[in-house]
Amino acid sequence: MKEKVVYQLKDKAIWVVFILLFIAFTIANPRFITPNNIITMVRQVSMYGIASIGMTFVILLGGIDLATGSIITFVNIICAYFMVHNGMNMYLAILLSLLLATLIGTFNGFMVSTVGMPALIATFATQTVFRGLAYIISGGIPINGFTEKFKMIGQGYAGPIPVPVIIMIICFAIGSFILNKTYFGRYFYAVGGNEEAAKLSGIRVGHVKYLVYSLSGLFAVLAGIVMLSRTNSAQPTAGDGYEFDVITCVVLGGVSVSGGFGKLSNVVAGVLIIGALTNGMVLMNVSSYVQMVVKGLVLAFAVGFDCIQKKRQTI
Amino acid sequence: MSEEYVLQLQHIRKEYPGVVALKDVSLELKKGEILALIGENGAGKSTLIKTCSGAVIPTSGKIVINGNEHTSMTPQLAAENGIAIIYQEFNNVAELSAAENLFLGRPIKKGFIIDKAAMEREAEKAFEHLHIKINPKSLMKNLTVGYQQMVEIAKAIQQDAQILIMDEPSAPLTSTEVENMFEVVKHLQKEGISIIYISHRLEEIYRLSDRIVVLRDGEYVKTLITKESHVEELIHLMVGRELTETYPARKKDCIDKGKVVLELQDVCGNGDENISFQIHKGEILGLGGLVGAGRTELAHLIFGAAKKKSGRIILNGKEINPGNPREAIDLGIALVPEDRKRHGAMLGVSIKNNINMAVYERNSTMSVIDTRKEKAVAKKYKEELAIKAPNLEQPVKNLSGGNQQKVILARWLAANSELVIFDEPTRGIDVGAKYQIYKLMNHLVEKEGKTILLISSEMEELMGMSDRIVVLSEGHVTGELEKYDFNQDTIMAFASAAVREGEPV
Repeated sequence: MKEKVVYQLKDKAIWVVFILLFIAFTIANPRFITPNNIITMVRQVSMYGIASIGMTFVILLGGIDLATGSIITFVNIICAYFMVHNGMNMYLAILLSLLLATLIGTFNGFMVSTVGMPALIATFATQTVFRGLAYIISGGIPINGFTEKFKMIGQGYAGPIPVPVIIMIICFAIGSFILNKTYFGRYFYAVGGNEEAAKLSGIRVGHVKYLVYSLSGLFAVLAGIVMLSRTNSAQPTAGDGYEFDVITCVVLGGVSVSGGFGKLSNVVAGVLIIGALTNGMVLMNVSSYVQMVVKGLVLAFAVGFDCIQKKRQTI
Repeated sequence: MSEEYVLQLQHIRKEYPGVVALKDVSLELKKGEILALIGENGAGKSTLIKTCSGAVIPTSGKIVINGNEHTSMTPQLAAENGIAIIYQEFNNVAELSAAENLFLGRPIKKGFIIDKAAMEREAEKAFEHLHIKINPKSLMKNLTVGYQQMVEIAKAIQQDAQILIMDEPSAPLTSTEVENMFEVVKHLQKEGISIIYISHRLEEIYRLSDRIVVLRDGEYVKTLITKESHVEELIHLMVGRELTETYPARKKDCIDKGKVVLELQDVCGNGDENISFQIHKGEILGLGGLVGAGRTELAHLIFGAAKKKSGRIILNGKEINPGNPREAIDLGIALVPEDRKRHGAMLGVSIKNNINMAVYERNSTMSVIDTRKEKAVAKKYKEELAIKAPNLEQPVKNLSGGNQQKVILARWLAANSELVIFDEPTRGIDVGAKYQIYKLMNHLVEKEGKTILLISSEMEELMGMSDRIVVLSEGHVTGELEKYDFNQDTIMAFASAAVREGEPV
């Protein structure tokens, strides 16, 4: 019984951290806990949340995806370009963007799986290429002027709940379904946990990698479209550095950086912690540079914690 | 103490938790002699020589070098006393030159600067001294394995080694390289260097050694004068234990000689050459041989985990070419792998998921897992194999070795394959669990009509469980025995048979 309690506490430790952080910010500034602020906070993190699902899959696999931010940027520009300059139907533009970003992810999968490049370098190359392409297509100038209907995605509400939050919840449900109910989900853990054994158990490891990097592209683009609608303007720097926040969320959520271990439900906590940190620090008038320092330390702490636990196990 | 011995190991005992690796082993090395150390896999040869280098600290016993007694060695102490070991894996840096490797860790310096020219001159001299032709400037990675080994030997001699211990030095070499190595070894002997030579190739031992020390199951068996001994005697000493363990009996009528399940015709690839044999329905075919004979490699070829170069694999009369394990599984082949940690269990993943890993695709509709079936499969095998665990959600890393092995067995039983390849199924598990696995194998062939290919390095297990045994040596089939012909000596002779390239076996 006692063991079970300890296990549960360990498993849910990140939620405890979230609650403590929440209380601390409330004490520092009571405005933090107002319904308005909480809704704002959740809306702010919805994009991190959506992108973190794909990143969770990649990290579970023992990989990393540095292309997330530039996929977001690229899709911002390309989707806006389709709608504004080509006058394309909104749904068609979104569909094309989804397809494109998924293909970028598939290309990452190709480099990692078929070519055998280290994920860090492969996705870093993709990142640079698409950041450049976003500049080339936009000429460095923001693209504006979307329809009211498109703005709904990022700015609308369903009752009191912002649409981006609803999209995030749906995405988490889909992600959780893939991870827990389909055999692909089992394979992510297996490949991340022991690639050689996975291969000998009849898992086509290559296929799994293609799928995971494609999904990472897909969830990144969903986040990108929400962002585009929300900011109402396609900036050629929109997603710069986004991947690091997303990676921080995932690692904070207890997904092991060496792969094979982690839960999507805890990633939700990781996302909320980053949201609370950002929001809380803004309320406390902490400068954005100090925020960077704090986030960096949080990332180091989360990974450090994971590594120390690993070390203890092996001794 | 007698003056003629340069090295004496006296009553060496080494215990590991739960196992005794060496029991009272003694050995004496004379100055300028070549002493062969032989024994089966697991006889304790490697552990014994590691006590000389300081890599293993003996539990009790003495190491006497030139009359000085030590209770244990350290790497520095070994070096100071002129002991050098040439391991199978070389300690060299591929991107540095032969000369730089020769002086690795103690370069010749001019002030702070490494004097490359001087090192190359010295290396040239060292190689000449051993009568070997190596350009000191050539990079290590561009040298053949044979020359890399020569550099290792030269390094040992450079460092004033008086006692050279060679662990299976011929294993990675081609036959010409072996001849060159022999020349060097004999040359060193003439210079008064004493050599302990470990090999399982008996023919080499007869060509090279003066005396032979035989180990078996961690115990000293006998010392022989090479000239006065015979191969038969030697083999008998290596394997000559009493067959004590009993194996569960099996009904003989489960073999259907009329039906060939698997046939290999001249299969080459993954280090194996021209492998041919048949397995009949309901049969347990044992695949014998020493470690490195190419048995696991062959299993990987059949299972699609390695690429076949040529030859035919025929399953139930149809030629198959599985490109990956998935295809092999779908064709009805299972492989219970040898190395649990590396190839078997996903340690962080739950027991339930580990057991189901090979059948998820079969038990899913539109990629969605039938969780009820998943649970039922896991539960069934947990009970059938008596896997000891509080619940099915436990990660496999929390289980003992025997229970981990059972989880992997369960994975492959769940796959319900027609042909099951067991690669060292009982390595590292306790006697009780072993017996259960034997009974399970019997059940598979008797009751479920399966066919088994059993790879085992344990002679007793191989003879106790197999209906027929095929022996491999160095990637070739060197012999085949029917049950009534089973004999430890014969199997050992086949397993240590030398295979020459281009010669028919």
